[in-house]
Amino acid sequence: MIKGSQSIQFEKAPYLISSGSIVGKKEGEGPLGNKFDIVGDDDLFGEQTWELAESTMQKKACLLALKKARVRPKEVRYLYGGDLLRQGVATSMGTEELHIPMFGLYGACSTSGEALALAAMAVAGGYGEFMLAVTSSHFGSAEKEFRFPLGYANQRPLSAHWTVTGSGAFLVGTRKSHVRITGVTVGKIVDYGLKDSQNMGACMAPAACDTIVQNLEDFERNEIDYDRIITGDLGYVGQSILFDLVKKRGRDIRNIHMDCGMRIFDQKTQGTHAGGSGCGCAATTLSAYILPKLDSGEWRRVLFVPTGALMSTVSFNEGESVPGIAHGIVLEHC
Amino acid sequence: MEREKKEKAYEQYVKEKTPVHNVWTNMAKAFVTGGAICVIGQMILNYCNQQGLSKEISGAWTSVTLVFLSVLLTGFNVYYKIANWGGAGALVPITGFANSVAAPAIEYKKEGQIFGIGCKIFTIAGPVILYGIVTSWILGVVYYLLIKSGVTL
Repeated sequence: MIKGSQSIQFEKAPYLISSGSIVGKKEGEGPLGNKFDIVGDDDLFGEQTWELAESTMQKKACLLALKKARVRPKEVRYLYGGDLLRQGVATSMGTEELHIPMFGLYGACSTSGEALALAAMAVAGGYGEFMLAVTSSHFGSAEKEFRFPLGYANQRPLSAHWTVTGSGAFLVGTRKSHVRITGVTVGKIVDYGLKDSQNMGACMAPAACDTIVQNLEDFERNEIDYDRIITGDLGYVGQSILFDLVKKRGRDIRNIHMDCGMRIFDQKTQGTHAGGSGCGCAATTLSAYILPKLDSGEWRRVLFVPTGALMSTVSFNEGESVPGIAHGIVLEHC
Repeated sequence: MEREKKEKAYEQYVKEKTPVHNVWTNMAKAFVTGGAICVIGQMILNYCNQQGLSKEISGAWTSVTLVFLSVLLTGFNVYYKIANWGGAGALVPITGFANSVAAPAIEYKKEGQIFGIGCKIFTIAGPVILYGIVTSWILGVVYYLLIKSGVTL
């Protein structure tokens, strides 16, 4: 059912059947370390390059999610996947061996929301029993793509994020579980003209605010109708800006907000400054931390809002601003 | 106009919200780090002098040794940690320049000898080299004109 201007409420809400998470060494040493399914000994996962390592993570995350639900790859109707690399090679290389018909997506760090929304819509539309949504990011490949080679000596600004090495995969379908995707709010591109790609939290906060407020309006809900409103990777800077922006729209989410980027690393001991980021940040946190809480019923309803900063190195060098996007996924215990 | 004003206001607001490194602590750390590198350089220089090498040859040995140490530390993934703490103190000396060439060489090796290392080794140092040469060319012309016009330096 169409809700408001940007949302959908599913009449037959698809189930989030199972998920898999795999992360690198640093993430394994973080506060959520013991919750992930697999923690790598190093960040190469037995491969020679960062790009191959990232695609290996995607494949493993998919297989984990499938294995937990005892579903074979060929039973999956469509796969929705994405990553941060040029032309989305980590997804293409990673999902190649699964032989699942697939859509490659790009929504920067918001891709997990985009993939889940599309997978849920496909299931709700009756186009298949199982859909797979997967995203990944890798510190090494992302640094190389967007910033400097890893060994290059520079001082990171305090507003900079630390790209999460990790991948999360989700099996969405009609088979019963304890978590349902009951609605989605698809985000618009919101650009406040900021050009600092080392301050992505500030670039994405307006988009997060827009999607959150739109979700509340579309579903005619109040902030308290959610146990948590969880953003992807706004970090410390982005969170405080989000609070201000949401307040300006007459809402207050301070008591129920959580940010995956702030949760996945320990800012004080791990030197990650503003927090974690990347497609893998929100996806692995959802799989390892948020879903278990929904599964057990500790949280009844949350709004999961992965956020993305949609710049490229070329657009940045040409002096363009960094547009933001955020997608809202309503997850409910059942 | 209206949009530009809004963007400026947001930029200003973000600036106030964003924490930055403390300038004074950063300067102190840079002083210590840069100073330490220079002390090591001076020690190498003194040693070479003691061995009876000429001033010029000693200077060359000092540069070469510092560059070698920086490249070695880059390879062992240590140099970036020094720079993360010491900031400009680690970037400005010759060791920082060596790091900026060694790091891409290591990273892009996987993309091959020609298109990887060959094309990308100077991605960071390239601008420094280019504009360094352009600047010295301009200064050379100025120097030449001054000499021609009878100025003695």
